[in-house]
Amino acid sequence: MPNSATAGGFLLVLAIVLPVSGVLLSLVLGGRHAERIALILMPAGLAVALAIAAAVWRTHNVLQYFVGNWNPPLGVAFRADGLSAAMMLTAALLICGIGLFARGQFPSPQQAELRAPLVFWTLLLAVWGALNAVFIGGDLFNLYVALELLTFAAVPLVSLDGRVETLAAALRYLLFALLGSILYLLGAVLLYGAYGTLDIALLSGRINAGPIAWAAISLMTAGLLAKAALYPFHLWLPPAHAGAPAPASAILSGLVVKAPFFLAIRLWFDIMPRMPERTAAQVLGILGAAAILVGSVVALRQVRLKLLIAYSTVAQIGYLFLMFPLAIKPEMGHPWNTTAWTGGVLQAISHAFAKAAMFMAAGLIAEALGHDRIAGLSGIGRALPITVFAFALGGVSLMGLPPSGGFVAKAMLLTAAVAEGQWWWAVVILAGGLLAGGYVFLVLARALADASQPLTLLSPISPSRQAVVVALALCAVLLGFVPLRPLELLQIGRPDIAIGG
Amino acid sequence: MSEATLYGLCGAVLVGLGLFGLIVHPQPLRKILAFNLIGGGVFLLFGVVARRGAAAGFGGDPVPHALIITGIVVAFAATALAIALLLRLFQETGRATLGSDG
Amino acid sequence: MAFDSGLAVLVLGVAVWTIAARDTFAAVVGFVAYGLLLALAWVRLAAPDVALTEAAIGSGVTGGLLIGASTRLRRTETAAAGEEPGPTLRLAAAVLCVLVSAGLAAIVLMLPEPAPTLAPQAAANIAATGLGNPVTAVLMAYRAIDTLLETVVLLLALVGVWSLAPDRVWGGFPGPRHHADPDGVLTFIAQLLVPLGILVGIHIFWVGSVAPGGEFQGATILAAMWILAMMAGLVDAPPVSRRWLRLLLIAGPAVFFAIGLAGFAMAGAFLAYPVEYAKLLIVTIEIPVTLSIAATLALLVAGPPERAPHR
Repeated sequence: MPNSATAGGFLLVLAIVLPVSGVLLSLVLGGRHAERIALILMPAGLAVALAIAAAVWRTHNVLQYFVGNWNPPLGVAFRADGLSAAMMLTAALLICGIGLFARGQFPSPQQAELRAPLVFWTLLLAVWGALNAVFIGGDLFNLYVALELLTFAAVPLVSLDGRVETLAAALRYLLFALLGSILYLLGAVLLYGAYGTLDIALLSGRINAGPIAWAAISLMTAGLLAKAALYPFHLWLPPAHAGAPAPASAILSGLVVKAPFFLAIRLWFDIMPRMPERTAAQVLGILGAAAILVGSVVALRQVRLKLLIAYSTVAQIGYLFLMFPLAIKPEMGHPWNTTAWTGGVLQAISHAFAKAAMFMAAGLIAEALGHDRIAGLSGIGRALPITVFAFALGGVSLMGLPPSGGFVAKAMLLTAAVAEGQWWWAVVILAGGLLAGGYVFLVLARALADASQPLTLLSPISPSRQAVVVALALCAVLLGFVPLRPLELLQIGRPDIAIGG
Repeated sequence: MSEATLYGLCGAVLVGLGLFGLIVHPQPLRKILAFNLIGGGVFLLFGVVARRGAAAGFGGDPVPHALIITGIVVAFAATALAIALLLRLFQETGRATLGSDG
Repeated sequence: MAFDSGLAVLVLGVAVWTIAARDTFAAVVGFVAYGLLLALAWVRLAAPDVALTEAAIGSGVTGGLLIGASTRLRRTETAAAGEEPGPTLRLAAAVLCVLVSAGLAAIVLMLPEPAPTLAPQAAANIAATGLGNPVTAVLMAYRAIDTLLETVVLLLALVGVWSLAPDRVWGGFPGPRHHADPDGVLTFIAQLLVPLGILVGIHIFWVGSVAPGGEFQGATILAAMWILAMMAGLVDAPPVSRRWLRLLLIAGPAVFFAIGLAGFAMAGAFLAYPVEYAKLLIVTIEIPVTLSIAATLALLVAGPPERAPHR
């Protein structure tokens, strides 16, 4: 970890400045230009994310920036390691894809400003800016502000349609998110009270196992779990993600819900390593296993497609938290299990692509049929073959079938579970894969069945939107060609790395 | 016991009280009130940390003071958004509850 | 010490009232009292800037918002009473909360002595900022990025509130139209108070660079005056589609970003200030930020558009 600002730190600032400037411009220029502003900023933001990843790869080191030239602990630092770069790239690609898809749903009005397009494009850029702030934040309070930014950008997306059910879902989401944030802040307060700094790098050197540190970590983790909808805090997610318009569901399930998971990683892998965390990590694993099983079983019983996909998100988030007991070292100084580390991060990334594609496919189907009841999907396979194909590709990744990013991720987690002797997680992973297969085939069987009468679509579905959905699903599949070894990019910036099995 | 510790204990009780109200009240408006109570307790705890850090001629560590001010503003924004959602829900349905909630 | 004990007990008592009161309106009134008592506690904790903010925002504006909401929701009280959780859940919740409070209390007693603090570092660097108030130095210099993002957070909350408007009134006027009653008490008070309040707000903002105060406290007072003027019918809330309103709302964050980016050229980093111009730049940022925050706070209280725009 460098102890001063590194070259390329300017890119980190740009990653936040670009999307937020877009928000300000959209508000002042009005709803008729919001879409155009977003479309201009999307490739620019993607270029910045690529540049950051290239810089991290080239220097094989963390990019660090001290805002205002004030060093921590007095000032705030931005840091981008390999994990940050990978997540920022994922976010950029997904936002571009979702933005292209959403052009058909929230087109710019010709005359007066309309509510939905202005709100959607503004909040899309705001989510992007907030995500980047989360991925590069190096200070716990700065991350708190970034989390609040993300919550305020995400909640109105749920109720964007204006339907009554979405209002209740949005309010419940907001209350859970606020509880999570305040618990997170309480933990940060305790850490400052004990160690005098909120900077992640400095805290990792000062923290020691004691009641204050454990209390702070527990509170912050509980808050983050509530925001990530890990079992048993998952009740708010299905109605919120299912009720939002399709591009919003894609952002919420694909990206927004990964941010608290990312912060939990920062907490457990960056701040805590001097504490004996192995046993505590088992608790996270147990909750993750419960999420996989409960989420998948409830998904099987769903009547509506979007709710099924939302419960699938609850399940897939559980896999993410299996990473904690598997990747955390057994005792201080022991090399980390980098296979599990790569597996967990790949799960986050491939799920983002796959779930976004599935939600958008479900959105197109709902537009075509006027409803999203699974029982009424017969014949849609013939009417919208590309869309259903994209849905199937996403499902392949969810199930963990080769070739797909989901397969690589789950295989790595399985390998790590067996190698570490924690075979019970392997059982859960396999069971989760079977259950995912169950609910994916449930939908595909209906979709590919022949309709009793020929299907008339309510509105024509543009091929370009279908192409975007397929492209995103293909990304999830392409990740399957990542070699089944720890990924070097993700190791950059992680101290004490050894290639483990 | 110094006055800072006294207010710290007060803050600890406020957090517990607010959490109780958040869990037990079904009405979202009462939950919002309880959330603000928790926030007040957390900020008070932070203020106690600041008071204990008095040095260099300041009555308290200025960094937590600034962060508390930011937190109070953010908490207000959250309350405003939550109330707007709640009032809109009431306008549309005539009810002010979340149905089955957690 | 006796005063502090009494104040702490009073704060807790009012907090218990806020949670336990049957009637929501009574609970809200309790909450406003709680906020004012808390502001007093902040003064006792040598945090006058926080005390001002708590009184203005935490108690004042939040209280106004909550009172308005509880008045409009009064009819739903009896319906909600039927959904109260049973005694087992209440007992479990009580046990959990007692444990949480006890744990936190234990931690307060376990905080390290001597307490770690950043006060010496803040004092050592304050000369470079040209400011006299260390809290303002933290907000506008050392941790300016937090303040910058916070202005965006406020703006997003407003976008979220506006997004709840029905499509047909989009771009229109927030809230109902209040008509000024020329003989009414509210109008009289408003006509008297608003100009005075504006002066007070500007003053509190201006002295914030060397004394307790600053942009948030000043902005809240300005916002409160605008709200008062709207409620008394002296002015109407502006339609949300007006270009000047949008410019007013983004001016603060926009100038903040611009000067921050200029910091690359002037002082070598984002949000860095060259020492000779530090105070000038900070004040240049603070003026539009104060106005933007005032507008945002007032509009957050006014709510989403309810009346269609004139077309």
